[in-house]
Amino acid sequence: MIDWSGYLTLILEGALVTLQLTVMGSALALVMAFLAGLGRLSRFFVVRALATTYIEFFRGTSIFVQLFWVYFVLPFAGLTLTPLQAGVLALGLNVGAYAAEVVRGAVKAVGREQTEACVALNLSRYQRMRHVILPQALPLMLPTFCNNAIELLKGTAVVSLISLTDLTFQAQVVRAQTGNTLIPFTTILILYFAMAWAISIGMRWLERRMSRSLDGVRT
Amino acid sequence: MASPIIRIDNIVKRYGPLTVLDGLSMDVMPGEKLALIGPSGSGKTTILRILMTLETISGGHIEVDGEQLYHMKKGADLAPADEAHLHRMRKKIGMVFQHFNLFPHKCVLDNVTLAPILTQGVKKADAEKRAMELLDMVGMADKAKSVPAQLSGGQKQRVAIARALALSPKIMLFDEVTSALDPELVEEVLNVMKRLAAETDMTMLLVTHEMGFASDFADRVLFFDRGKIVEEGRPQEIFRNPRQERTQTFLRKIIAAGHRV
Repeated sequence: MIDWSGYLTLILEGALVTLQLTVMGSALALVMAFLAGLGRLSRFFVVRALATTYIEFFRGTSIFVQLFWVYFVLPFAGLTLTPLQAGVLALGLNVGAYAAEVVRGAVKAVGREQTEACVALNLSRYQRMRHVILPQALPLMLPTFCNNAIELLKGTAVVSLISLTDLTFQAQVVRAQTGNTLIPFTTILILYFAMAWAISIGMRWLERRMSRSLDGVRT
Repeated sequence: MASPIIRIDNIVKRYGPLTVLDGLSMDVMPGEKLALIGPSGSGKTTILRILMTLETISGGHIEVDGEQLYHMKKGADLAPADEAHLHRMRKKIGMVFQHFNLFPHKCVLDNVTLAPILTQGVKKADAEKRAMELLDMVGMADKAKSVPAQLSGGQKQRVAIARALALSPKIMLFDEVTSALDPELVEEVLNVMKRLAAETDMTMLLVTHEMGFASDFADRVLFFDRGKIVEEGRPQEIFRNPRQERTQTFLRKIIAAGHRV
């Protein structure tokens, strides 16, 4: 009979790493999404070109290759990262590229009439974005951001390939040591699902909060 | 004789191959109330949009309050206006839109105070006090805490008028402000504008299909067709005795469509 409690601890430690990766990766992705998404709407060609290059490159290559590149190739350029840093960087940049298009789409969806009202009221470009466009665009971004965050969570499994002890890595360790596949992989299946569900619920709550003022029920 | 507050000199506006305004010139005197009428596509709304810097011009010059709108002096030459110049020029002009364009995420009061606070550095308390006066004037003071989604079209448009007035522009542009309203809501907006016209010495340009209102409101009526001013004059002359055939045809069609003259 196998004593599962030790192995369960191992898997929960892995869950913590996965959680860390998800939170830090999402934070980086969010920053990149706004930088590149708004960058693509810039009136300066260079900014637009930079943003477009970033988005196309990271959408167009696999997260697997990106991760290996960050972890194994960057050291040749003198930049050595820990597995966690490499994981956060690759995941954040990858998902950020997708989310950047969400930012751009939502901002464009707010409509020219709002911008025209801002021009007529003589708001500066920054003020238009900050006070009028983004507050309306943000609720539009949230449902897709939720998708992106869940994608990122599931994407964290690839970091097991650079020996980061995440959920998937630990499950494989347990499998190798016990010869049992069912129990470790069912456990992490449930854990992944629980985390994704938590993201969904959190996002739905945010969405409700944000769209409330748009629906007209103001506190 | 005062000099014109708006001097439009030979402007051309093209959208690709389509020429909307073709060498248009006109002057507007300070305090004048001007009604621009004419069939759709005749370029009347385009003029307002150009004055509000929502469009660029393909040729010509516009002078507002003694300064070039789309050009600025660079040594002896005129250079295209930069954002800072446009920002300064926009202070003189306000606009009310056909579709109100209120900010849906802000309450009525915040819609009115946003621009004065951000662009004129007015303190929040002062901006709110002034906003309440303006909302009171347009009969919307009791809705100050409502959001636009809770208002009728007529109410939204009255808020939009208060919002534009909050910046105290010298020139106000009204672009078909009643066209998007249900017929029974038109009156309340027109009443606000009548009062405004009577009480202020603001220069006002109005694009409208409400001929009866144009007649009451305006000192001068301009009839546009195909990017040109076909006929202009006092309201009685234009509406009672139009000289040009195109004006006559247009007015006949409008009357046939059930609009009051």
